[in-house]
Amino acid sequence: MRRVITLYRSSVGKKVAMAVSGLILFGFVVGHMLGNLKAFESHDGVGPHPLDAYAEFLREVGYPLIPEYGLLWGFRIVLLAAVGIHIVAAVQLWRQSRSARGKGYRKETSQVFSYASRTMRWGGVIVAAFVVYHLLHFTTGHAHPEFEYGNVYDNLVIGFQNPLVAGFYLVAVGALCLHLYHGLWSIFSTLGVQNPRVDRIRRPLAAVLSIGLFVGYAVVPLAVLAGILT
Amino acid sequence: MKLTLHVWRQSGPRDEGRFETHRMDDVSPSMSFLDLLDMVNETITLEGGEPIAFEHDCREGICGSCGMMVNGVAHGPDDLITACQLHMRSFEDGDEIWIEPWRADAFPVMKDLVVDRSAFDRIVEAGGYISVRTGSAPDAHAVPVPKPDADRAFDAAACIGCGACVAACPNASAMLFTAAKAAHLSYLPQGQTERLERAMGMVATHDEEGFGNCTNHGACQVACPKGISVDYIARLNRDLMKATLTGVGMEGSGGD
Ligand code: HEM
Ligand code: SF4
Ligand code: FES
Repeated sequence: MRRVITLYRSSVGKKVAMAVSGLILFGFVVGHMLGNLKAFESHDGVGPHPLDAYAEFLREVGYPLIPEYGLLWGFRIVLLAAVGIHIVAAVQLWRQSRSARGKGYRKETSQVFSYASRTMRWGGVIVAAFVVYHLLHFTTGHAHPEFEYGNVYDNLVIGFQNPLVAGFYLVAVGALCLHLYHGLWSIFSTLGVQNPRVDRIRRPLAAVLSIGLFVGYAVVPLAVLAGILT
Repeated sequence: MKLTLHVWRQSGPRDEGRFETHRMDDVSPSMSFLDLLDMVNETITLEGGEPIAFEHDCREGICGSCGMMVNGVAHGPDDLITACQLHMRSFEDGDEIWIEPWRADAFPVMKDLVVDRSAFDRIVEAGGYISVRTGSAPDAHAVPVPKPDADRAFDAAACIGCGACVAACPNASAMLFTAAKAAHLSYLPQGQTERLERAMGMVATHDEEGFGNCTNHGACQVACPKGISVDYIARLNRDLMKATLTGVGMEGSGGD
């Protein structure tokens, strides 16, 4: 533990913490995207919709070996910890860098860095705000007009029939994928991977994964708006 | 060529500072950028003013002292050169040029365009050396070094400590400099003994000096007149992780 703390004390260590927690969140985001696609599975009209059944499965998986919700809460705790570490380290690093510049330049010409790399911090704030809204919307239902616990599919369709809500999801998921476009590229350097063969695939890999994620997430609200999911 | 220059003037570390505008009429395209500043200074001196202070020594891109921001770009618009190697042919007649010192908390402005880069010296003192027995010189080739490693060490050793990486970095991070100074030793057999302590010491000093942290923008690599690669930062990160997680780099050594 002392070693991990020594690592964390340095700026490099804080970045390692961001990389590891970011990787956990990325894994979740991929899994969540695949889960969402269950909305497209055909439904014969009897029994729960496959998406509802999947949500039910998440709540019960492992039962009776572990209590109902057990694994789900396990995951939630890990995710919450990852979010916490990611944000705390980001704020600490942000402050370090802000004071490091001191007086800025009168004439600024930004060199090379991509739009994605320049928007990591504010983009992250937007994603965090979205996650809060999203939980109130689909998990607790506080921000949902006709929320019914357990009817995940109906909640989703009703939620996205409002074009403003669907639009906000698209913007937020776009921000997330932009965040990941730089993050997935950056993570190799932070974790000390330095290998010419890996280097060559870093950019394409980050692009394919982040665009793939965006498409995977975007199709659900778009399909509702287009009347494909009803 | 006719040019309008806006130059940062600051009489000392505590002065507020301001831009001063100079219109120059007879600028030759074959002049170097520092020749231009010399020319401005001649006019200022003739008018009884205080000449613009800027650092320079070799005027051929090897000493690293002449760094300045030219239109928001470290060392000016051309790639892989220092400000002293920049020539006026890189500008157009009628251009407006903003000339500013490096901006970083760890590089306080001493006067006009001159900043104090001694934070770099302290990073090097924290580990940028090797311990060897002195005495008669060892035989050449007594210690074999694989050619690729020698090349990488040499590429890193090309760093002239100019500070452009810090100036260009949106975080004012000095990780490119620090990584280069660590790598030119860590690729060589002679640099292995203190490799992990070196990573610890240099990164800790980098942070203490008030530089920002690297967010992998890559602006440093583009600004660097010597083309130092950001790959060295990954290597330094890995050494630092190894140093802390194995407990090697801890005080009293051996860790817990
Ligand atoms: C358009 C894209 C998205 C859709 C359609 C969507 C849909 C859903 C739905 C329907 C639920 C509720 C599941 C249930 O009731 O059991 C949920 C939960 C959740 N979503 Fe999303 N989501 C999207 C994007 C995201 C993104 C980008 C994130 C953030 C990284 C995210 C984070 C979460 C979290 C943290 C939960 C709660 C999980 C839990 O209850 O433990 N979602 N999502
Ligand atoms: S790494 Fe490049 S830009 Fe930075 S101090 Fe060395 S030579 Fe200058
Ligand atoms: S004066 Fe020596 S590098 Fe420019």
